[in-house]
Amino acid sequence: MNAIIFSALMGVVMMFSGILTQNKSVLKYIAATGLLLLIAANLLNAEAVFSIKVNTHGLISFDRFGLYFNTIAFTATLVYVLLSGSDIGKVGSGLYTADFFALIFFVLCGLSILSSFNGLLMLFLGIEILSIPLYILTGADKRNLKSNEASLKYFLMGSFTTGILLMGIALIYGATGSFAIQAPPIVPSTGMVRASFLEVAGLILLFVSMAFKASAAPFHFWTPDVYDGAPSVFTSFMATIVKAAVFIAFIRLFQGQAVVLGPSWKILVSFVILATLLIGNVTAVFQQSVKRMLAYSSIAQAGFMLFALFSGNDLGKEGILLYTAAYSLATIGIFAVLIKMNDYTLEGFNGLAARQPVLAFVTTVCLMSLAGIPLTAGFFAKYYMLASAVKAGGALWLVVIAIVFAAISVYYYFRVIQAMYFREGEAGTAPISSGFKIMLIIVAALIILTGIWPSLVLSGFYF
Amino acid sequence: MIPVLLILIPLITGLVTCFLKETGLARTWAMLSALATLAVAVTGIYFYSPAQLSFDAAWLPALGSRFTLSLDGMGKMLVLLTAISYPVIFLATNRNNYPKASSFYALMLLTQAGLMGVFVATDALVFYFFWELALIPVYFLCSIWGGEKRIATTFKFFIYTFIGSLLMLIGILYMYFQTADHSFAWKAFYSTALSGGQQAFLFWLFFIAFGIKMPVFPLHTWQPDAYEQSPTATTMVLSGIMVKMGLFGVVRWLIPFFPEAVHQAGHIVIILAVIGMLYASFIAIRQDDLKRLIAYSSIAHIGLMCAALFVGNNIGMEGVMVQMFNHGINVIGLWIVADAIEQQLGTRKLSELGGLAQKAPALAILLVVLAFANIALPLTNAFVGEFLMFNGLFRYNIWIAAVACISIILAAVYTLNMVQKIFYGEPSTATANATDVSGNIRLALVLVVLLVIFLGVYPQPVIDLTKDTVQAVLAVKP
Repeated sequence: MNAIIFSALMGVVMMFSGILTQNKSVLKYIAATGLLLLIAANLLNAEAVFSIKVNTHGLISFDRFGLYFNTIAFTATLVYVLLSGSDIGKVGSGLYTADFFALIFFVLCGLSILSSFNGLLMLFLGIEILSIPLYILTGADKRNLKSNEASLKYFLMGSFTTGILLMGIALIYGATGSFAIQAPPIVPSTGMVRASFLEVAGLILLFVSMAFKASAAPFHFWTPDVYDGAPSVFTSFMATIVKAAVFIAFIRLFQGQAVVLGPSWKILVSFVILATLLIGNVTAVFQQSVKRMLAYSSIAQAGFMLFALFSGNDLGKEGILLYTAAYSLATIGIFAVLIKMNDYTLEGFNGLAARQPVLAFVTTVCLMSLAGIPLTAGFFAKYYMLASAVKAGGALWLVVIAIVFAAISVYYYFRVIQAMYFREGEAGTAPISSGFKIMLIIVAALIILTGIWPSLVLSGFYF
Repeated sequence: MIPVLLILIPLITGLVTCFLKETGLARTWAMLSALATLAVAVTGIYFYSPAQLSFDAAWLPALGSRFTLSLDGMGKMLVLLTAISYPVIFLATNRNNYPKASSFYALMLLTQAGLMGVFVATDALVFYFFWELALIPVYFLCSIWGGEKRIATTFKFFIYTFIGSLLMLIGILYMYFQTADHSFAWKAFYSTALSGGQQAFLFWLFFIAFGIKMPVFPLHTWQPDAYEQSPTATTMVLSGIMVKMGLFGVVRWLIPFFPEAVHQAGHIVIILAVIGMLYASFIAIRQDDLKRLIAYSSIAHIGLMCAALFVGNNIGMEGVMVQMFNHGINVIGLWIVADAIEQQLGTRKLSELGGLAQKAPALAILLVVLAFANIALPLTNAFVGEFLMFNGLFRYNIWIAAVACISIILAAVYTLNMVQKIFYGEPSTATANATDVSGNIRLALVLVVLLVIFLGVYPQPVIDLTKDTVQAVLAVKP
């Protein structure tokens, strides 16, 4: 409960601090301090030292997995704020910096609900609390038409999906008379769950709406436009922490409910994985803009994250934690560099290594992590996903196909490395402060450390 | 502790090299590092007990992977090859001026760390890590310091090998879940009983990775371009040492685990390898570019080694062991010659060369010895290995051996043709003002040629070194 309450409180604090000061770096450090408090509060909860008790009548329940996910997500947000916090102040007219930070805290509140909901109603609330601030952040650059377009598109599509979600919840409630997400009892004579048609239909609607939020194909169409149109600094947040939150909710929802769909569950998920990997990877190959490429690559990465849903075992759950950490770190790192670039196209990166060796090196480490090259965190993230699928059995073909797509992903990630290191050019950047460089190096070091010793992230989960 | 040192010395010195700004300093530092590694390798292999040659530490307890390293006969041989090659390579390319030399030497040393790791790892995940660690610096080496078409070529090479590695990773993962105690240890893999069907597909998952690295026909298409476009020092590492990773992988990580599949699929591999030998030999005859010629000749030689790995008898396997070492030495010698010619004359097209024997008699003598070794004439080191391998192939199947033997004749055709075009005839415009090789290059070449002759007359050291591996591998019966 700590995380939910403190994140909402911090949101309010941020809003009011906007009245007191317009100094952007002060606001940034207030936000960072708030995040540190939030992490501390959440850790206290996880260690059962101190937690605020609220009787939710079983609507919310906290488990180790959810709380640990919160810690990772908050830490990633902290890294994000420290790296890109000063760029948040540059979005739009620059008058609403405090409000942007407040919205980020509200998103984190939604995230905390999504990692702990125990009933469909709370799922709905979590999704909405998470989404509505994002619609605003997407349109934050209000004098920019692309930002407006993206925001409107995101809002319309998102509301539509929320409708589907509600419809699904209504159908399930109608069929079972409860909002519970626990697995229904298995009928011993058939070895299956007795599920009415309404319940199955409702569950499929839930699946569709969650797939939409997770930008899994074939419900991914909003992703490239929204990620491309939104101010880069918010894309970075949306593509990483928010997306991971949706995956946690996805897993939480279906770890019990998957049995209702019986054998068709695996077919459904493997179809979505295939489509997501195919569309994400193949389309990313053809992008000339690095930002758009990253948008498609985030679809592709979602394809890998879906393996946790597919296998449904502990290895998958550990994996999604590691994936969240690895993917968030790497993507936040790349976006932090991208924001500083004058030109978002591939050509804009030409010759960056000669002009800004630190930026180029860190981007390389991040890209390698996204590609899943050993010695980076991304390798173990992919490793856990594939291992969980192999362990679940019966899907070796899917794993082999995923591997082929991983190799394709190397193609588009490495094109950026090629541009930075092997091509001549005048990559122009905004002025780079040395604090920013140190922060970037810390990110790269974290990625490599996790790549050599993944227990860095996971050990917290076991103790 | 020795295997850890073998990895740590190049790794740490390599990282230090990044920060050395001065070219000369970086060069000397890299050379010293390579010599230190050589010293450790030689003392370790010849003066330390087997217990001191292994290392074990906890790494990822949750995954069941331990950081275990150990040196067996084949490992020792390849570690020696790597340790000997590096000083020779640095010596021979000493004159070459690389822009950003410190990064160049740093990446070269990191590659060495990766190679050493591959040869000493006895835990599948550790092996996989080093397998990739060896690849990534090479990607940067070739892409930054390579020839004109370097970016596309290296990219192809990288993606090719990366797909192979990932397939192997699936194989490793699958094996891991089959082991009794969920472990990545070589021993655990070895003692896992697999059904015929499992072995069959695991065999191919692993073999494709190794086959791409060797490379064996039809997975070889990255190789000639990569060899041609890479800076010569890197080409030497690629063809002298790195291709041995593939052969090594088969002996260490494939044959012992899947004996039944090796027995079943072995003939397919042998036939592919023999086709590759002839195919590459024919192409080599038609090459005008010295580097490409050596590249194709290398495919042909590797093809023979790959075929001999799967014949399943003592002689063939022993031949592979001897030849792995010797091929490394010989091909590095050939690259040194190619580099010397290109650096001095600015061309490596055979059609533009000629009459160099009058201008550079020492180079001519040294190259002719290397050329004989490339054809595997008696008294050169390659003869021993090739004789044993053909003998093994002959016992496996007379007809396959007969077809494979054609490649010896073809090797003579392209190698002697190369010697003739470079050294005889009238001097061309390119060679009119040529001078003989001198200094470091001469020293490096003399060292290589001495090794060629010494091991040609007395190959026993290599055979003795690798005897235990040969026996252990062949003890596995389907």
